[in-house]
Amino acid sequence: MATAAATLPPPLPAVRRVHHWQERLAQGLLVACCAALILFLFAPLFMILVKSVQDKDGAFVGLLQFQQYFETPALRQSIVNTLWIATAVTGVTVPLAFMYAYALTRSCMPWRGFFRVIALTPILAPSLLSAISFIQWFGTQGLLKGLLGGASIYGPIGIILSSIYATFPHALMIVLTALLLSDGRLYEAAESLRTPTWRKFFTITLPGAKYGLVSAAMVVFSYTVSDFGIPKVIGGNFSVLALDIFKQVIGQQNFNKGAVVSLILLAPVFVAFVVDWIMQGRLQSQFSSRAVPYAPKPKRWFDGAMLAFCVVVALLLLAVLGMAVYTSFIKLWPYDLHFSLRHYTFGLIDAGVIVSFWNSVKMAAATAVFGTMFIFGGAYLLEKTTGMNGVRKLIRLLAAIPMGVPGMVLGLGYILFFNHPDNPLNGLYHTLTILVLSTVVHYYTSSHLTAVTALKALDNEFEAVSASLKVPFYKTFFRVTVPVCLPAILDIGRYLFVNAMVTISAVVFLYAPQTQLASVAILNLDDAGEIGAAAAMATLIVAASSLVCVVYAGVTRLLLTRTQAWRKPSAAG
Amino acid sequence: MNTPYLQLNGIRKSFGRFEALKGIALEVARGELMVFLGPSGCGKTTLLRIVAGLETQDAGTIVQDGRDISRLPAVDRDYGIVFQSYALFPNLTIDSNVAYGLVNRRDRRESIKGRVRELLTLIGLPDSGLKYPSQLSGGQQQRIALARALAPAPGLLLLDEPLSALDALERVRLRGEIRALQQRLGVTTIMVTHDQEEALSMADRIVVMNQGRIEQIGTPREIYELPTTPFTADFVGKVNVLPAIVEQGGVCRVGTMSLVLGRSDLISGTAVKLYLRPEDIALSMNGAKATNTLPATVAKVEFLGAFCMVGVALDTPGVPPLVLNVPRHAVAEAQLRPGTAVSVCLPPAALRILS
Repeated sequence: MATAAATLPPPLPAVRRVHHWQERLAQGLLVACCAALILFLFAPLFMILVKSVQDKDGAFVGLLQFQQYFETPALRQSIVNTLWIATAVTGVTVPLAFMYAYALTRSCMPWRGFFRVIALTPILAPSLLSAISFIQWFGTQGLLKGLLGGASIYGPIGIILSSIYATFPHALMIVLTALLLSDGRLYEAAESLRTPTWRKFFTITLPGAKYGLVSAAMVVFSYTVSDFGIPKVIGGNFSVLALDIFKQVIGQQNFNKGAVVSLILLAPVFVAFVVDWIMQGRLQSQFSSRAVPYAPKPKRWFDGAMLAFCVVVALLLLAVLGMAVYTSFIKLWPYDLHFSLRHYTFGLIDAGVIVSFWNSVKMAAATAVFGTMFIFGGAYLLEKTTGMNGVRKLIRLLAAIPMGVPGMVLGLGYILFFNHPDNPLNGLYHTLTILVLSTVVHYYTSSHLTAVTALKALDNEFEAVSASLKVPFYKTFFRVTVPVCLPAILDIGRYLFVNAMVTISAVVFLYAPQTQLASVAILNLDDAGEIGAAAAMATLIVAASSLVCVVYAGVTRLLLTRTQAWRKPSAAG
Repeated sequence: MNTPYLQLNGIRKSFGRFEALKGIALEVARGELMVFLGPSGCGKTTLLRIVAGLETQDAGTIVQDGRDISRLPAVDRDYGIVFQSYALFPNLTIDSNVAYGLVNRRDRRESIKGRVRELLTLIGLPDSGLKYPSQLSGGQQQRIALARALAPAPGLLLLDEPLSALDALERVRLRGEIRALQQRLGVTTIMVTHDQEEALSMADRIVVMNQGRIEQIGTPREIYELPTTPFTADFVGKVNVLPAIVEQGGVCRVGTMSLVLGRSDLISGTAVKLYLRPEDIALSMNGAKATNTLPATVAKVEFLGAFCMVGVALDTPGVPPLVLNVPRHAVAEAQLRPGTAVSVCLPPAALRILS
């Protein structure tokens, strides 16, 4: 019988596996994950598409509204403005970040760790902070107003400068990674062939950092295109796309027009996102595990020049942050420079605005806790369980989308979808929950990638071993996967917290008076001319984010020390 | 014959268009160590994973100990598994790793402790219980992985290239230990490897696989001495291949020369290939007149330690060059160097004919 089966295989129906309830559980959770992403990411975005081809009464009008849009010269101008501003910001930020990263990785200058931290501080501040700060320096009453030679900071100059400040750390991190990944042996080989320094730079360093540079450019470009806080505060009458959405939706309550602008804004960001995605993939594949890190040798002139450059950049960065903090602690810029807490006591606490700070902290904490649980859990189910390959592909695709969607667009989608009278979930609208949900979705992609990277570093056979030992997958998840991935999990939590503290674009459409967030409060205070109180609020955000980062660093260090016994690399191969 | 412990019937598996397994049938006896041997991509690992329930076959049945497990998920099957990468849980101590599958059975704490100690002693690492995996060498980690797999006393042990990640010395040491342990416990075992030496030294029986099919099943000696297919002859050990035409009376023609075969049942005129192991060719200096002795000239001598690989060109035209294994001392004695005239003898009994 056995031999018959071997030589003449009968056309049997495909073998259908019996599924254990544990597998069913994992697959059920996976489907739930997918459903959540469809509900809170895909459906809102889809609503924008629908709205863009409908008129106010809901009748289908095709591309009529796009046509009307392009026929309005003022709106058309916004497209041009947005693109050239973003191009200019990219053109300045990326070379600056590259030089800075080059100094940090290729020179032996002192205090490199310190310079790295300083350069990353803008991440802790809402983008509005830089706009406020530049107004204080260069505005009508600005100390350095004369430097502009009669030009006004309220407009493209202000937007560009503020955006450079806000995007610098994002670009720096990407370029830094690209430079750190380079293989030291290439330089040794070049040296043994007596290659001059400039040639090493153009044949090894630059090609090695190529993908990182393109990726950084794309990130800076989309950040600038998407940001609406900076042009709102410092843009004057200069119109850009993100601001147009805000005006259409909040000012004119014209959701359909808003949807049209959203889609136009989405286009460049999505192109940049796709380019970035491809570049990131190449950056990863370029890295070989056998690479030896490059160790720079001291060179007096070069190190000195690099140090001078970093000192200048760091001072500029600190001047921006410092001015905002300073403004919050004096009576009235520039007339009364006496130390005062009145912006905090008077402007925030007595005015009742302080509530929005606590709202932000609550929202950020909830985003960090629930977001991390959902994102890491989802990534685990995606990477480490089996079956339902179609659902898996869909989740991978959905998880990549948020990075290519500006916050304004996501926020508008949320209004359209959740504020719809027929949506059973419309009770969510105006709650803190919807703010948390939109923020988790907004920052999903990076966190998801961090989780996936950490999970991929684990041995692929843990789950197989557990199954052979008849241990349910969730036990292994809690006993092995989570403890081993804890550094990455904490990292995701911190990332979500910090971003939730500073985010404005998505949430500006979704808050209610009682759920106003700190970043929105800054906007409103600035609108009301309360620039001191706005600076105070921005300072509080920076303080809260810094505190979380310090706690994160402390906990991580403690954790690594305590688990050093098993985390250190294997002694024998 | 006893009923086999594990029976595979008509196992097929495709990944997209690639047919990884094209109908595999085999039986593993109770207590036997069976090795799946083949080049990478031959389907041996896929077959092991199907036995483990980590992949699902497209067609075919698996019966283990009288129970049809073809459709069961991995959790419901009875086996322990060891992977090339060890897959030890890095954050758990050695004790906890070995006890991982025992804790879940709600055994009493004392009995778990006892079992862990017993296993650690068995694998020769009784004092490493409180260490973490990263504090052990690769070979030690793989022993722990073995202990963890054996702890719940599974009916079947699966080893997926367990020695491939180790350095050469560890590999040889550990393969002896695994084999001894397996025989002592009498646990039915399947091991996957691409290393023929490992397969020959450890297996009760070897399954030679190629491109999703079984080429040959047999004991290590059978596989080496009596290969039934050209692939097996070529993949396991070194071999000389001579294309030949069968002639009348148990003789065949290779180029312009005649060779006596050990058998005369072949039809005259058939084109065959003769397979001959390098160590089966005898070398003589004094022109002894054994059957199939031919004059030749040394072309190349490659020193390999205990043996030298000697390449010779036969003086008869139209015959491909041969490779011989000659002990180091014999090479020195005969002062073999390129150009030396020698006689080689191809014993009829050692000529294996495969068409």
